[in-house]
Amino acid sequence: MAEEKFDAIVIGAGMSGNAAAYVMAERGLKVLQLERGEYPGSKNVQGAILYADMLEKIIPDFREDAPLERHLVEQRFWMMSDTAHTGMHYRSDAFNEEKPNRYTIIRSQFDRWFNGKVREKGAIVLTETTVTDLVTGRDGAVIGVRTDRAGGPIYADVVVLAEGVNGLLGTRAGLRDRPKAAQVALAVKEMHFMPRETIEARFNLDGDAGAVIEAAGTISKGMTGMGFVYTNKESLSVGFGCLVSDFAEGDETPYGLLDAFRQHPSIRPLLADAEIKEYAAHLIPEGGYKAIPQLFGDGWVVVGDAAQFNNAIHREGSNLAMTTGRLAAEAIFQLKSRKLPFTKDNLALYKTLVDGSFVMKDLKKYKDMPKLLHTHSSNFFLTYPQLVAKAMEDFVRVDGTPKLDKEKATLRNFARTRSWTGLVGDAFRLARAWR
Amino acid sequence: MSDKPAAPAPAAGSRASMKKELPEHFKAYKHVWVLVEQERGQVHPVSWELLGEGRKLADQLGVELAGVVMGAAGTGTLEAAAEAFAYGADLVYLVEHETLRDYRNEPYSKAMTDLVNAHKPEILLLGATTLGRDLAGSVATTLLTGLTADCTELAVDADKSLAATRPTFGGSLLCTIYTLNFRPQMATVRPRVMKMPERQEGRTGRVVPFAPDLSEADIVTKLLSFLPDRTSTKNNLAYADVVVAGGLGLQSAENFQLVRRLAATLGAEFGGSRPLVQKGWIPSDRQIGQTGKTIRPKLYIAAGISGAIQHRVGVDGADMIVAINTDPNAPIMDFAHVAIVTDAVRFLPALTDAVARRFSPHTRDRIAG
Amino acid sequence: MHIVVCIKQVPDSAQIRVHPVTNTIMRQGVPSIVNPYDLFSLEEALRLRDELGGTVTVLTMGPPTASESLRKCLTYGSDRAVLLTDRFFAGSDTLATSFALAQAIRKIGETFGAPDIVFAGKQTIDGDTAQVGPGVAKRLDLLQLTYIQKIVACDPEARTLTVERRAEGGTQTLVTRLPCLVTMLEGVNQVRRGSIHDALRAARAEIVTWSAKDAGIEDVTKCGLRGSPTVVKRVFAPAPRSEKAAAVPVSGKAAADADALIDAILARQPSLEADLTHLAAGI
Ligand SMILES: Cc1cc2nc3c(=O)[nH]c(=O)nc-3n(C[C@H](O)[C@H](O)[C@H](O)COP(=O)(O)OP(=O)(O)OC[C@H]3O[C@@H](n4cnc5c(N)ncnc54)[C@H](O)[C@@H]3O)c2cc1C
Ligand SMILES: Cc1cc2nc3c(=O)[nH]c(=O)nc-3n(C[C@H](O)[C@H](O)[C@H](O)COP(=O)(O)OP(=O)(O)OC[C@H]3O[C@@H](n4cnc5c(N)ncnc54)[C@H](O)[C@@H]3O)c2cc1C
Ligand SMILES: Nc1ncnc2c1ncn2[C@@H]1O[C@H](COP(=O)(O)O)[C@@H](O)[C@H]1O
Repeated sequence: MAEEKFDAIVIGAGMSGNAAAYVMAERGLKVLQLERGEYPGSKNVQGAILYADMLEKIIPDFREDAPLERHLVEQRFWMMSDTAHTGMHYRSDAFNEEKPNRYTIIRSQFDRWFNGKVREKGAIVLTETTVTDLVTGRDGAVIGVRTDRAGGPIYADVVVLAEGVNGLLGTRAGLRDRPKAAQVALAVKEMHFMPRETIEARFNLDGDAGAVIEAAGTISKGMTGMGFVYTNKESLSVGFGCLVSDFAEGDETPYGLLDAFRQHPSIRPLLADAEIKEYAAHLIPEGGYKAIPQLFGDGWVVVGDAAQFNNAIHREGSNLAMTTGRLAAEAIFQLKSRKLPFTKDNLALYKTLVDGSFVMKDLKKYKDMPKLLHTHSSNFFLTYPQLVAKAMEDFVRVDGTPKLDKEKATLRNFARTRSWTGLVGDAFRLARAWR
Repeated sequence: MSDKPAAPAPAAGSRASMKKELPEHFKAYKHVWVLVEQERGQVHPVSWELLGEGRKLADQLGVELAGVVMGAAGTGTLEAAAEAFAYGADLVYLVEHETLRDYRNEPYSKAMTDLVNAHKPEILLLGATTLGRDLAGSVATTLLTGLTADCTELAVDADKSLAATRPTFGGSLLCTIYTLNFRPQMATVRPRVMKMPERQEGRTGRVVPFAPDLSEADIVTKLLSFLPDRTSTKNNLAYADVVVAGGLGLQSAENFQLVRRLAATLGAEFGGSRPLVQKGWIPSDRQIGQTGKTIRPKLYIAAGISGAIQHRVGVDGADMIVAINTDPNAPIMDFAHVAIVTDAVRFLPALTDAVARRFSPHTRDRIAG
Repeated sequence: MHIVVCIKQVPDSAQIRVHPVTNTIMRQGVPSIVNPYDLFSLEEALRLRDELGGTVTVLTMGPPTASESLRKCLTYGSDRAVLLTDRFFAGSDTLATSFALAQAIRKIGETFGAPDIVFAGKQTIDGDTAQVGPGVAKRLDLLQLTYIQKIVACDPEARTLTVERRAEGGTQTLVTRLPCLVTMLEGVNQVRRGSIHDALRAARAEIVTWSAKDAGIEDVTKCGLRGSPTVVKRVFAPAPRSEKAAAVPVSGKAAADADALIDAILARQPSLEADLTHLAAGI
């Protein structure tokens, strides 16, 4: 069998891998993409919200045939105590524009579509093919991959690691460290199927408009985490995520938390009579800026979740994945067209492009956030939500108590539960992290 | 039905309204036929179930019910014919020939096709067994008529056509199928889907012999040997009066022993859901459901089985379904008659003890003594 | 040896849901797969090819997207794939399907050499009729061997095939002549994975795509809805039982609960008392 050699091999057909493979193939590179799942997206779990801008930069007319579920017109943030929630809803008809900015998607369908586009551009995609090893040359440079299929290895000038958060290959090859438990969240998710009319009635939606609920509070039992409900056309994505290190310390289970979230009196009626399918668990990198590993080396670059590119605060991952995939592809294309070798020094161009993009700027902005939320998690996720709920209850309940007294009581409540200095400290820390 | 279910309602819509315009030459096709499936002197009980069902159709149409018995002379064919009368046949076509000693597709499909062309039935029913399915497909294709597989319900319509209802989409839906302008209207039915009719002792009918035009020299496929299943390895699941089954809720192959123990105490057969077969906890002939066996016991006990539609279609005919499941909302609760919401692994041993205490004479005597 | 394998792309029915109100299929996100039963036949075909030399052609009739399933079969190591696709085929029942497939197999014979064996799956998981294989055999006048659990011997010189067939009450050993049509029983083998080179070849392969006309079908009235003697008149969801199961209250003491359950069963169906007593006594 003749030796197979490609310009680039992309490992993984998630958001980042598809972006990278698409851009390289479109520019005429000979690309091989390898995916271990039965089909692209079969292993991918996502809430899932798609940010249009980042995809537009890759496939400008994606709206024509991409499997989009609903475009979002309403965002709900709920702070939850055990029996109540205090919410902030933002809904605007301005989101009903011709080219909406955010959509819910179902990853298994979306990834398949995206990967179909990659194939259309001429890349070769092999599914059910797991990369088991990176093949290195005598000088230690990555020159190809070995898979779990008989035969091989397959060679390439450069390998793009788009293998997602576990990033086993990169870690095993010693290219970077294994993500620490405090840097990854574990999310569990279920699909709740129901007729679209039911969804539209329960969430006050028309046509293909959609809403999302993101909820934090006592539901995470003091751990750093949150729950979510996203509306799709004929289903709701319902999930819950917490930091892995928190699970390791306590005896809560991810599914237990999701179950409690589903049973919460504010959530339960929304899910009534649904048919539950597709329970899945997945890791989300939450380490932020400080967890970003070495991004390139001789013959390789790493993109997406595998490089911890994820904005935990805004719950954005796929757009960072798409963007870093695209930038890696652009860097590779530039080197290729200038006939430069894919050495570590030359591939530094990828990092330069990422540094200049919104990706690094956003991650830098929130660089202290993960730590703050984590080390003070019981305040953010237990104490405050209870206080807020109590305050709201007092405020809403009409029982003849003078309003001024109520306010004072509320304040007293806050102060009693958390010392004033504690509260001020938290506020200060939060503000600084956010700034 | 290979492509039809892919577009059920809309695609059929245009033709669903089609009028029956039976061509002249098909108008001579009358009577309901059932293949009495007989191999080595053994009649498959599905044939009696089909005669029971065929009787109803024939009565509604005001026509006769015929059994078709095929085989080599002296291999139980006459006994099969006599039994067919007891189960409701008015007449039996007796097709005897040396080449029909063992089932082979070539002589059987030729004999059956010739018989149909000679005596023209309007409905032909076969069991959905390995024999019936192998034969039905060949015969229907030769006759260029419609064949509906694995029916769960047969009825006669206002305009006297056969309405054959069968599961589609992996059992999630049912569809009713007609063979409008062709004859005979053919259908297969799986064992145990239809009720076993009462046997009427002493009932008789006419035997109509049919000599098929066959010769061993023309038949290419030869039988080298036949190895009967050992009775010890063959289970009676489909025909058992009491069945105890387990599902994934039992969590391990060891825990499945609890099901076997209860079954043994009850003198019942045991079975399970499909995932257990896939995991290798039970052999595949113990699978109950759409792609396994259909059962019709008087009592069915399902432990740790969620009751997916593919499982349900195999047990719907049970007189009494008992669910043991930790989830009060499991789908099985929608079709079980009695349920207990509890951990089967803990509960099954207690149930086995209780059964032994209450029904087994030895233990009863012991307790009494 | 030239072996043709008929495969069908089917919706993964494990993932099909029915709309609770309209009783229609909710197709959202239901992936398509190669009919699992066909893979046992495919593996047997590949095994024979490896042993005796020759080629394996996979054939399907279906929509253009069915090429994905053909490609998967190429990944497993098939040599060639033919997609028969045309709007005339829409709505085919088993009789019309067997007509179209038989024509395509004739055409495959003319184009790539006459097949020695045609394989089909035992049945599909969507149509689930087990009729198409026998139908194709009849239309091509091939000898038919269904429910085969083992291919004992294949002699391309003597043109004979010896098999073990699962019959109702036992196992038949049959010998027949080539060409013939075989359907394999499930679970008798496991389809191979295919090497990285098979996978790359499959990804690059050109799938032979034929319309009805390309396949030499002159008379399209024998295809699709028009060529189907059966008509689907009604599609509906199984009726739910009107009442839910009567739940036996749980006390926590397993022994007491077991007695309560037996009481509840007997209360509803007193005749079971005698049946159970008989059975338990081994009568
Ligand atoms: C519950 C949840 C909700 C989320 N919600 C959102 C959201 O609403 N919006 C948002 O923007 N982001 C969200 N994210 C984050 C987003 O899903 C990820 O950031 C994004 O999927 C990362 O893309 P990726 O390509 O880097 O990795 P992935 O999408 O994980 O893709 C990696 C691919 O590589 C394959 N692979 C891995 N190893 C190998 C190997 N050795 N050989 C071959 N293939 C391999 C995998 O099968 C997989 O297909 C969410 C994540 C989770 C878990
Ligand atoms: C084409 C096709 C054909 C199929 N054919 C069949 C078929 O013929 N037969 C068949 O059975 N399936 C068939 N299936 C599979 C079917 O869809 C279901 O997946 C299967 O029946 C589920 O098996 P289960 O009930 O054992 O497992 P699950 O669905 O996992 O259910 C386990 C149940 O156990 C309960 N449970 C958990 N723990 C306990 C405990 N400690 N005590 C008591 N209860 C507990 C749970 O609440 C749950 O209800 C088919 C599927 C397809 C796609
Ligand atoms: N559209 C099709 N294209 C190719 N082969 C088919 C098609 N439909 C059915 N078959 C073959 O016939 C077998 C039996 O199908 P069925 O009669 O639908 O149960 C399948 O396992 C396939 O091998």
